[in-house]
Amino acid sequence: MRISCPCCGPRDRREFTYYGAADYLNRPALDADASAWDDYLHLRDNPAGETRDLWYHDPCGTWVAVTRDTVTHAVIAAEAVA
Amino acid sequence: MTHRIPGKGLIDRTRPLRFSFDGREFEGFQGDTLASALLANGVQLVGRSFKYHRPRGVLTAGSEEPNALVEVIEGKQKTPNVRATVQELYGGLTVQSQNRWPSLRFDVMAVNDRFAPFLSAGFYYKTFMWPRAFWEKVYEPAIRRAAGLGALSGLHDEGRYEKAFAFCDVLVIGAGPTGLMAALVAGRAGADVILADEDARMGGRLLSDQPEVAGQSGPDWAADMLAELAAMPNVRLMTRTTVTGVYDGGTFGALQRVGLHLADPGDLPRECFWRIVAKRAVLATGALERPIAHPDNDRPGVMLASAVQSYVARYGVNPGRVVVFGNNDSALQAARDLTAQGVQVAGYVDPRADVSVLEEFPVYPGGQVVGTRGRLGLREVAVRHGGGVSMLTAETLALSGGWNPSLHLTCHLGGRPDWDERLAAFVPRAGMVAGMSVAGAARGRFSTAACLADGAALAAEVLADMGIAGHDMPLPAAEDRSYAIAPFWAVDAGGRAWLDFANDVTTKDVQQAAQEGFSSVEHMKRYTTQGMAPDQGKSSNVAALAVLADATGQGISATGTTTFRPPYTPVSIAAMGAGGRGMGFAPERLLTSDSQTRAMGAPMIEAGLWYRPSYFPRAGEATWREACDREVSMVRTAVGVCDVSTLGKIDVQGPDADRFLDLIYTNMMSSIKPGRTRYGLMLREDGHVMDDGTCARLGEAHFLITTTTAAAGPVMRHMDFVHQAFCGDWAVRFTSVTEQWAQFALAGPKARELVNKLLETPVDAENFPFMACGPARILGVEGRLFRISFSGEMGYEIAVPARFGAAVFERLVAEAEAMGGGAYGMEALNVLRIEKGFITHAEIHGRVTAFDIGMQGMVSAKKDCIGKSASQRPGLMGPEREQLVGLVPVDPQAELSAGAHLYNENDPATRVNNQGYVTSAGYSPTLQSWLALGFLRDGRARHGQIIRLDDGLRGRKVACKVVHPVFHDPEGGKLRG
Amino acid sequence: MADLSAREPCAGLGLPLTLGGCRLAALPVERITAIQPFPGKVAAVETVLRAQGLRFPAPGHSHEAGGARIVWAGRETAFLFGMAAPEGLSAHAALSDQSDGWAGLRLEGPDARAVLARLLPIDLRAGAFEPEACARAPLNHMQVLIRRAGEAAFDLFVYRSMAGTAVHELTDAMRAVAARQAAVR
Repeated sequence: MRISCPCCGPRDRREFTYYGAADYLNRPALDADASAWDDYLHLRDNPAGETRDLWYHDPCGTWVAVTRDTVTHAVIAAEAVA
Repeated sequence: MTHRIPGKGLIDRTRPLRFSFDGREFEGFQGDTLASALLANGVQLVGRSFKYHRPRGVLTAGSEEPNALVEVIEGKQKTPNVRATVQELYGGLTVQSQNRWPSLRFDVMAVNDRFAPFLSAGFYYKTFMWPRAFWEKVYEPAIRRAAGLGALSGLHDEGRYEKAFAFCDVLVIGAGPTGLMAALVAGRAGADVILADEDARMGGRLLSDQPEVAGQSGPDWAADMLAELAAMPNVRLMTRTTVTGVYDGGTFGALQRVGLHLADPGDLPRECFWRIVAKRAVLATGALERPIAHPDNDRPGVMLASAVQSYVARYGVNPGRVVVFGNNDSALQAARDLTAQGVQVAGYVDPRADVSVLEEFPVYPGGQVVGTRGRLGLREVAVRHGGGVSMLTAETLALSGGWNPSLHLTCHLGGRPDWDERLAAFVPRAGMVAGMSVAGAARGRFSTAACLADGAALAAEVLADMGIAGHDMPLPAAEDRSYAIAPFWAVDAGGRAWLDFANDVTTKDVQQAAQEGFSSVEHMKRYTTQGMAPDQGKSSNVAALAVLADATGQGISATGTTTFRPPYTPVSIAAMGAGGRGMGFAPERLLTSDSQTRAMGAPMIEAGLWYRPSYFPRAGEATWREACDREVSMVRTAVGVCDVSTLGKIDVQGPDADRFLDLIYTNMMSSIKPGRTRYGLMLREDGHVMDDGTCARLGEAHFLITTTTAAAGPVMRHMDFVHQAFCGDWAVRFTSVTEQWAQFALAGPKARELVNKLLETPVDAENFPFMACGPARILGVEGRLFRISFSGEMGYEIAVPARFGAAVFERLVAEAEAMGGGAYGMEALNVLRIEKGFITHAEIHGRVTAFDIGMQGMVSAKKDCIGKSASQRPGLMGPEREQLVGLVPVDPQAELSAGAHLYNENDPATRVNNQGYVTSAGYSPTLQSWLALGFLRDGRARHGQIIRLDDGLRGRKVACKVVHPVFHDPEGGKLRG
Repeated sequence: MADLSAREPCAGLGLPLTLGGCRLAALPVERITAIQPFPGKVAAVETVLRAQGLRFPAPGHSHEAGGARIVWAGRETAFLFGMAAPEGLSAHAALSDQSDGWAGLRLEGPDARAVLARLLPIDLRAGAFEPEACARAPLNHMQVLIRRAGEAAFDLFVYRSMAGTAVHELTDAMRAVAARQAAVR
């Protein structure tokens, strides 16, 4: 699998560290109720198809949100989270 | 070489090579494979089969060989399961046959063949069930001894292996007529091309069938094209390179044999594992011929028809009298070609009734081979035909059950091929691998002319797709014969007919699998082991599933094929792991004080990737404990010096740096005054402790934070995430400066005296108090000074640019020794921090919260921070939690150990009674007692209680008193100094 | 007070060394400053740099002017080599001294690209990695900054503590490539 780092261009996925679903980008407010935090931290979809997750490009330090297809393994988009 | 045809073949007869097989010396030529050289010497018997130990010979002339597996001996090293059809001959090559005892010609285990009725598919599931305990101890070892392949030497593999990466526009896989044309078209258009072929010599079937191309012989035409390609700077030719796997994103794995064909490879690696990234690929892997299952079709001398052609035309081997048994036009053509080469064809046997009889050799239309004879090699072939059964005398039986396109790589990403009734073979579908085009015989276009045209056409398509202008290239003229086949898989004549030679699977085994309900192709495969040997059933799978389809009454199309997975051919683990041995396993990070530390005799231990001193032995010290005790006392009574450069150092700057650190740390960092340092705790978002360290404010908008040695990388990644995901617009930037600074801890009552020996401007308790930080000139160099301690004694840390690290360490150690102190290592550092109750990742191991380590007060109520919300959820704080405590043995000399579990005094050591566990332990020379830190359920409420430490591994049970985790100087007077 | 002796990061590693068509040498130690512009401040940083004939490099790029080099070195980061950070830069960017944090190595010669292909999983073909191009990438298990310094010359910067391992890995690859070249001849 190859992921296109927004800084460095296409690289082998071994250069990246996987974190988890892009849900991690939507951090609840401090006073959000427990279920919102539970959802944020622990509840994940497991789609057969398009999914979006977070990868860290260790060499350059960029966090990348990768949209990919879990069935075909196609990488549809890769964008910097900031 | 008794079996060589004079003047024939592409071997170099001016370069004879001596080699040995099972201790016998033979001669071959440069350009031979081991298989061709053995055949040229009349050696037909090369191995014993996997299960029944039946005598076996060479079946193929390529990498799909199931039978001719041998051991190559190099000194004491032994490489098992080498395919004789792939191993190139070199002078001095030493080979022995495998899976036989005492010898290849007389193998005791061949008795298995007599018991074949008891050893059919699935026999071990049924036969060796009772008594149960016998399976592991008796049956399995016995079966493993009897069945099998080659053996390893048991020695460490000293061979060199290599890995490498390559990038190209077009990867052409296979250099037969199709691949050569594709590479030429792409190369002439200027594309970056890699042409990979598993053979030592490119040309594919052009070298074996030797059809005329553009008025030249096949090998001559191929040589001309290769010369042109070799001259193109944009084309890389990779011989001996098998593309073994297809991966996502245009990535390919390829195994290159680099030094395996040389008598003295010198510094050459044995193999190189390539990872090739290609924008487009042209799969031109050709097709593999398949045998026909007939009784005793595994006798040495039975070969694929295409293999016989290879051995005759390419290697000049004389096969003796040949009977050809085939069901297709290519088989008939093989008989004609062999005749034209001067080989005596004793008969052409074809189950098709309408086959031409107007040939120069006897033809048996409607005929079938029903048996073979010859003890260790073929002597007679029994042919059943219209007139009955005839015995034909022959040394070689050439089989052709048709051709299977080599589409394996198209299936590696989950694609499924289609069954083509006309070709009686699976063919690839379009689009099975994005960016890969399948050309030539690999998609069922079998004539030379069709292959040449298809290679050129698909390369042109690929170029157009990439926007590269191609040139029109005239197609060379070549034979364009049609190919007709009448499906015919197995002869129905009683007796055992082999499908999978490598795993000894017969048509009966497959039929039995179907009868017993293993009728899905994947079940049949696993029940019979069909296709599970090193050759992965390349020559046998299609026939096996045809036999299965026949047994179940389903068609082949409905039966489907098993899944092709990487690797296409066996890949040594050593090649895949190349670069990962020794230093390549992990980088060695060395301190600036490394040379001197080693010169002082310190044994080194690994801390992450770093090498740190364990202790610094002195004369008269017999054990590490003596050195450690002395170093601890040195720090407590005088001064010690320790290289702490391994701690992660992250420079954080910007107007929003303080806000950012408030978000990262549980405690408030924005309120630190410039020139001061604060201890900090970091949580993960799930509320558990991630790391701890110090945060020094060097300026209004300039901080330097430290991480633990092991967490430096993860903390940086975490900070990058928090910044980029939540506050990318904040004016804060950070970068690692770990390697920029060499940093040394000075600890002990004389620490200030020592630090002042190096400072241009001396410090005292007032002008540089506890937790102060700032720039300092150290022995004439701009450095930094921190008034922090990890030992519980008065402590300073000085930092200098790394180039001065060695010199400063040397000076510090000398000065400290003059003051009754000296260097201390990790063992002493560990005891010092245990005495003081300071935590490391032994305690913050990923499952503890701030509450567990008694630092819930450090989670600021005034602000948000990462992990704050989750840290306060039910279950993460309360009496049910295991909390950090100190443990002191009732008998101070009773040894404590980390990893032990804690139980109430009279409880048995069972899981339900578990009260906690020990994370760190050490002997404190200061308190003259063993000490430990650990986590105990509701521990803070249990100080004063007696608990039993139970170390089941070491058989140790010690009564311990539960105490506060700070054993030494709990008031901190020494620390603040 | 006695002056301290400085030790170079590749001291004692047996450099320079030549194997086959490749030479590996330590780069002279230079001043290195990491420049990390604050959000929205790249233009201001450029203004300061322009006086030195420099720009803030785009990802994967570097350039030289007046004996100094500026090299993209990671997300929102450039390394300035060979000169002190110009006056006025610290208002717009975080600056940190990295001069001692890195070991600089130069690999050059006709086989340099083949040697690097044994260690770095990135596309270093002449057309894909042009002179002055740079990249952050793993060299086996070490993160490095690599820059093409000439037709067949590459500068590699590894963490100082890993210099020994880097030299070992490069030497190993050089030996294997040299053996291949010898086998071809």
